[in-house]
Amino acid sequence: MDGFLSTPVGILAITVAQTLALLVPVLIAVAYLTLAERKVLAAMQMRKGPNVVGPFGLLQPFADAGKMLMKETIIPSGSSRLLFIMAPMLTFLLAMIAWAVIPVQDGWAIADINVGILYLFAISSLGVYGIIIAGWASNSKYAFMGALRSAAQMVSYEVSMGFVIVTVIMCVGSQNLTDIVRAQENVWFFIPLFPMFIIFFISTLAETNRAPFDLPEGESELVAGFFVEYSSMSFALFFLGEYANMILMSALTTILFLGGWHPPIHAEPFTWIPGFVWFALKICLCLFVFIWVRATFPRYRYDQLMRLGWKVFLPFSLLWLVLTAAVLKLTGWLPA
Amino acid sequence: MAMTLDRAARTWLLWELAGGMWQTLKMFFRPKVTINYPHEKGPISPRFKGEHALRRYPNGEERCIACKLCEAICPAQAITIEAEPREDGSRRTTRYDIDMVKCIYCGMCEEACPVDAIVEGPNFEFATETREELLYDKARLLANGDRWEPELAKRLELDAPYR
Repeated sequence: MDGFLSTPVGILAITVAQTLALLVPVLIAVAYLTLAERKVLAAMQMRKGPNVVGPFGLLQPFADAGKMLMKETIIPSGSSRLLFIMAPMLTFLLAMIAWAVIPVQDGWAIADINVGILYLFAISSLGVYGIIIAGWASNSKYAFMGALRSAAQMVSYEVSMGFVIVTVIMCVGSQNLTDIVRAQENVWFFIPLFPMFIIFFISTLAETNRAPFDLPEGESELVAGFFVEYSSMSFALFFLGEYANMILMSALTTILFLGGWHPPIHAEPFTWIPGFVWFALKICLCLFVFIWVRATFPRYRYDQLMRLGWKVFLPFSLLWLVLTAAVLKLTGWLPA
Repeated sequence: MAMTLDRAARTWLLWELAGGMWQTLKMFFRPKVTINYPHEKGPISPRFKGEHALRRYPNGEERCIACKLCEAICPAQAITIEAEPREDGSRRTTRYDIDMVKCIYCGMCEEACPVDAIVEGPNFEFATETREELLYDKARLLANGDRWEPELAKRLELDAPYR
């Protein structure tokens, strides 16, 4: 048995098994996130939300998936066929491959690479391609406008997000995600870096095109934004990609600021629960806030969105970066 | 100065945003107002104008005397009546059709009727799959009357003091 596992085939088999063990729960989580969103939004509007399919509507995601699969895929005649089909796949793929470096528990990352945070940042930046390609290939005004907005928005907010991540990296002295979480064993970074935590969270909202920054798909002016022309499974892939991105960004927030797999207190009742459960719970908390924000705030106007990104977040995060660096240097806390 | 400081502090501490979030969180725990429609239904006034019905007297005789007031007053001209003396000499309808697709549910037929024969009942769940099913004839309307009579009588009695 030992011999087999060290052969190339054995290593491949292990990797596939690990990938499945991670991706299947993620996909189920994505499916149930759609239900959770509808339920939480409903509750905040004093409604009940879906409650007919299965107990408490728990089978609703499967009913939705079944419906989506049975719909006809419509490809507009003026569209660029190949790109049109590729775009949702790309979006979904990028949302999935980013999970490779996420440490669910100490040492449980599929690829524990030293530039983990850089990899994640690169992948999340690539996400904009799916949207631009979709908007371009659709050959439709609405889709095109949505894609343009999305591109501008993602670029704007990635800048301040980058500075926030640099601040965290500075405090840890490593770009390895596992190391970043280990460094938060005693104090989670959202306490010393609270303003950065807020900026990061708001930026992730913009990054995932969520309310109040959901301009790319602003239905009041763009119908559905970049995916107006999509139907059936290709639409579902966009949808899944968006929600998978939400979970991914929540995972990133958890890793950078909420202490990853660490329990709140390293004491008896908390340490009984395994680390990956804590990790999942913190992700759930972030996702709840995502939905909570959506239930609370109206959509930004486009120029306000740009103003917030470039004139508020960018200078503020830059300032805080310099401040953190100064504090670290003066107190001698700078990691070697 | 103090005003400016106050404003700045509110802006930078995201005071309004936190207030909004608190508001939605409170609503999250409020009891829900949803009515589970097919299982639960909202209250309906005695004056509710739903599906039409032709009523009978307790002895089984049709109330309608074919005066055609409803036909005359119907603003949508949805009612068609033909009448002939019956064998016992009383004047009765031979045909009483309501085109439920034309009907605007104004309730004028009910107001016009001198004998409370045509009424609009409490039933609003009569959607059909074809248009033809909505062209009601006399038999259908009488059947409606027989089906809903207890409720129709109660509704008329409840509304009588205001007539």
